[in-house]
Amino acid sequence: MANPLHQFEVHTIVPIQIGGIDASFTNSSLFMTIAVVVVTGFLVFSVQSRALVPGRLQSVAELAYEFVAGMLRTNVGNEGRPYFPFIFSLFFFILMGNMLGMVPYGFTFTSHLAVTLGMAVVIFLGTTIIAFAKHGAGFFGFFLPHGTPWYVAPLLVPIEILSYFFRPVSLGLRLFANMTAGHTLLKVFAGFAAGFVGSLGILGIFPALVPMVATIALTGLEFLIAFLQAYVYAVLACIYLNDALHMH
Amino acid sequence: MPQFDPAVWSPQLVWMAITFIALYLLMAKVALPRVGEVLEEREQRISLSLRRAEDLKHSAEEAVAEYERTIADVRAQALEEVRAAREQAAAEAAARHEELNARLASELSAAEERIHQARSAAVAGLRDVAVIVAAAAVERLVGQKADPGAVAAAVDTSLGEQSR
Repeated sequence: MANPLHQFEVHTIVPIQIGGIDASFTNSSLFMTIAVVVVTGFLVFSVQSRALVPGRLQSVAELAYEFVAGMLRTNVGNEGRPYFPFIFSLFFFILMGNMLGMVPYGFTFTSHLAVTLGMAVVIFLGTTIIAFAKHGAGFFGFFLPHGTPWYVAPLLVPIEILSYFFRPVSLGLRLFANMTAGHTLLKVFAGFAAGFVGSLGILGIFPALVPMVATIALTGLEFLIAFLQAYVYAVLACIYLNDALHMH
Repeated sequence: MPQFDPAVWSPQLVWMAITFIALYLLMAKVALPRVGEVLEEREQRISLSLRRAEDLKHSAEEAVAEYERTIADVRAQALEEVRAAREQAAAEAAARHEELNARLASELSAAEERIHQARSAAVAGLRDVAVIVAAAAVERLVGQKADPGAVAAAVDTSLGEQSR
């Protein structure tokens, strides 16, 4: 049976070295580029006609816009407007990463901890900087919520600080784990089906039906998870942004 | 797991930064403004249309009010005319009635006059006949001609007593 983790391997396509740092163009880079091109191309192309009554494609583009704008509005409010392009890019970068991973022979760059954790760290640093810029030293009040009795403070403050620093870890790990587990599971079940046929010949089709059906069901589930995890990632980024702008 | 191989981290981080920044710039500068413009345009068109519909509704309401005012005016005018015509007709009828009454009264008095005259004539004729009859009766009873003047006076006296 094929190694179910084979799909996560990174192959160098064009080796590039910049100042001793390995910046090779890999299959991962390729799919990131595809994601950027697809998202940009779709949005630009679909609203090209600027129809008053939108067609199908334009409706999708407008829906995407309204969806992220609504997400930002409900979680952050009007102060979140300047960050709309960032949240939009974040959501669609991850969504495209997850969805491109569902294409056969595709590569899921969101199944790589380097990517998910990297983005999470950027969000973490960004929101922390925004919080400091907006509230200055008042930001430290974040770790001691209002109305907390003084005697719980020694216990609460370390917990709050710890949970704050765990934000990027949980954010990055969640997406990485979901994508890796889902794709591995798919591959394992598909591998069973292929294995039955491979070892039993034509008769193997019948026992192969079971993992086959499971694979089909899991594929549907994976599409749901692909969307859901992108949504969760973007919503959490919004919530962190809200904390940074408004404190609690 | 290939994900934990440190060798794949740096190229991925580098390309993630490159592609994400590219995506961010494309979204912020190109794609999102376009979509936003389309949405805003539509919003404006809709609000404009709504405002125009509101205006049209207002003018329609004004036209209805104007129409109703006209109808009311015309109705009042018509009622006034009907009333005037009715009054005129009533006046005419009253005048004709009066005239008729007058004529009838005059005819009545004329007829009464005629009746009176006829009765007087009849009564006068009756006296003459009574005188003749009385004279004839006196002649038969007495056997001689009575004095016509005395007979006439006696009849007159008798008639005067009768008619009293």
